[in-house]
Amino acid sequence: MARITAGVTTSHVPAIGAAIDLGKTGEDYWKPLFAGYEFSKKWMKRQKPDVILLVYNDHACAFDMKIIPTFAIGCAEEFQPSDEGWGPRPVPVVRGYPELGWHIAQSVIQDDFDLTIINEMTVDHGLTVPLSLMFGQVGEWPCRVIPFAVNVVVYPPPSGQRCYNLGKSIRKAIQSFDRDLNVQVWGTGGMSHQLQGARAGLINREFDQRFLDRLRNDAEGLAKMPHIDYVREAGSEGIELVMWLIMRGALNPDAKEVHRFYHVPASNTAVGHVIYENSD
Amino acid sequence: MALVKPYADVPGTTVFDADMARRGYHLNQFCMSLMKAENRQRFKANERAYLDEWPMSTEQKEAVLARDYNRMIAAGGNIYFLAKLFSTDGQSFEYAAASMTGLSREDYRNMMLSGGRSPEGNRYKGERKGG
Repeated sequence: MARITAGVTTSHVPAIGAAIDLGKTGEDYWKPLFAGYEFSKKWMKRQKPDVILLVYNDHACAFDMKIIPTFAIGCAEEFQPSDEGWGPRPVPVVRGYPELGWHIAQSVIQDDFDLTIINEMTVDHGLTVPLSLMFGQVGEWPCRVIPFAVNVVVYPPPSGQRCYNLGKSIRKAIQSFDRDLNVQVWGTGGMSHQLQGARAGLINREFDQRFLDRLRNDAEGLAKMPHIDYVREAGSEGIELVMWLIMRGALNPDAKEVHRFYHVPASNTAVGHVIYENSD
Repeated sequence: MALVKPYADVPGTTVFDADMARRGYHLNQFCMSLMKAENRQRFKANERAYLDEWPMSTEQKEAVLARDYNRMIAAGGNIYFLAKLFSTDGQSFEYAAASMTGLSREDYRNMMLSGGRSPEGNRYKGERKGG
C-alpha cells in the first residue's frame, strides 16, 4: 500500500523563484535564505519520494474571479508552469499522478470533503518555488506531483480546522491506495506577511515561532485558531498558513521534526520551513 | 443577516471579501487579461483605450492610470490580480507593497531587512503606533 513517509512545509515567495532563475542565490541578500535549504536538498536525495501531494494556492493564474474552488485537486498527466506576467518560470513540466489524484478525490469526497477536480491547469510559483527550493535546478522533477490548490485569496478561505480534518481524510485516502508508493505531503505559503495597504510589510516573529511549535506539539489546538487571528497577527496574506494544517493532518500526530528554518525577509515575507518524518 | 466582518478593525488592511470581490470584479478581470503578451502590448500602446473596453468604474480606471495601488484596492482590486499590472510595468511585489505604505522603496526595503513592520500598535484601528 502507499505510505506517507514525510511532510514538508515552506513559504513560496515568488522572488525566491526569481532569485533561483536569475542566478542570484549567492548574493548577500539571498545567501542566508538558501543556506536554510541545504539540509533539505540533501534530505530529499535520500528520501526519493515517488509522489508529492503538494498543497499550495494559486495566485490568480489558473483560477481568476470566474471560478473560485475552495479545494481543487489536479488530476492531469502534466501541468505546465504559468505565465505570471513575465513569461513562465524556466522549470520542468510537472508530471502528475492521475490515478492517485482521482483515488484521493473519490475517497475524500465520500468522506464529506467536496473537492473540485481539475483536468487542465497551469501551476504558478506557489507550486514551483517549493519544488525548486527542495530539488534545486534540475532538468526534470525527480518525482510525480499532485497539485492541491486551496483558495486563500478570496475571503473566507477554509478554516484551519477544516484543513486539518481534510489532511486526516487525505491520509486515509493515500493509505488505501493499492500500490507500494513513498508519498510526501507538502503544505506551502506563509509565514507572516501582508502585501497590501498601509500595514504592508507586517512580520510577526513571535506568532510565527509559536505557530511552528504548535504545529509540531499542539496541531489539534492550533487548528482551532480563527481566521481573524491570522489576519490580525500574521497579516492579510499570513492566512495562507491554514494550508500547512492540511499537511499536518496527513502526518501522524507524533511525526518527528527533523529540520526547521526561519528567516526574515524574502521580499515582503517571513520564510518558514519544516520537515517532519512519519514514525512507522 | 449581514455578513460579520471581524477584520474591519484591523488598520491599514482591506480583506478581499464578498463585497470587495463584487466591487472589483471587472478591475480584477482586466488585470487577468494582462497575462497574455498581446494584451499587454495593446494596453501599453494606449492604456485609456484598453481600459475603456472594460465595464469598470471611472474611479477604477483612474486609479489604474495613476498606478495608485491603495485606490485600486479600495475599488475592489486584489493584490494577486493587481500583480499582473505591476508585472506589466516590470515591477515587483516589493515595489507595489512599498508604494502603498507611504515609504520610499529604500526605506521599505530597510524596514524589511531589519525584521519587518512590527505588529505592536498595528493590530487595532486607533491603537497607539509603537514598534
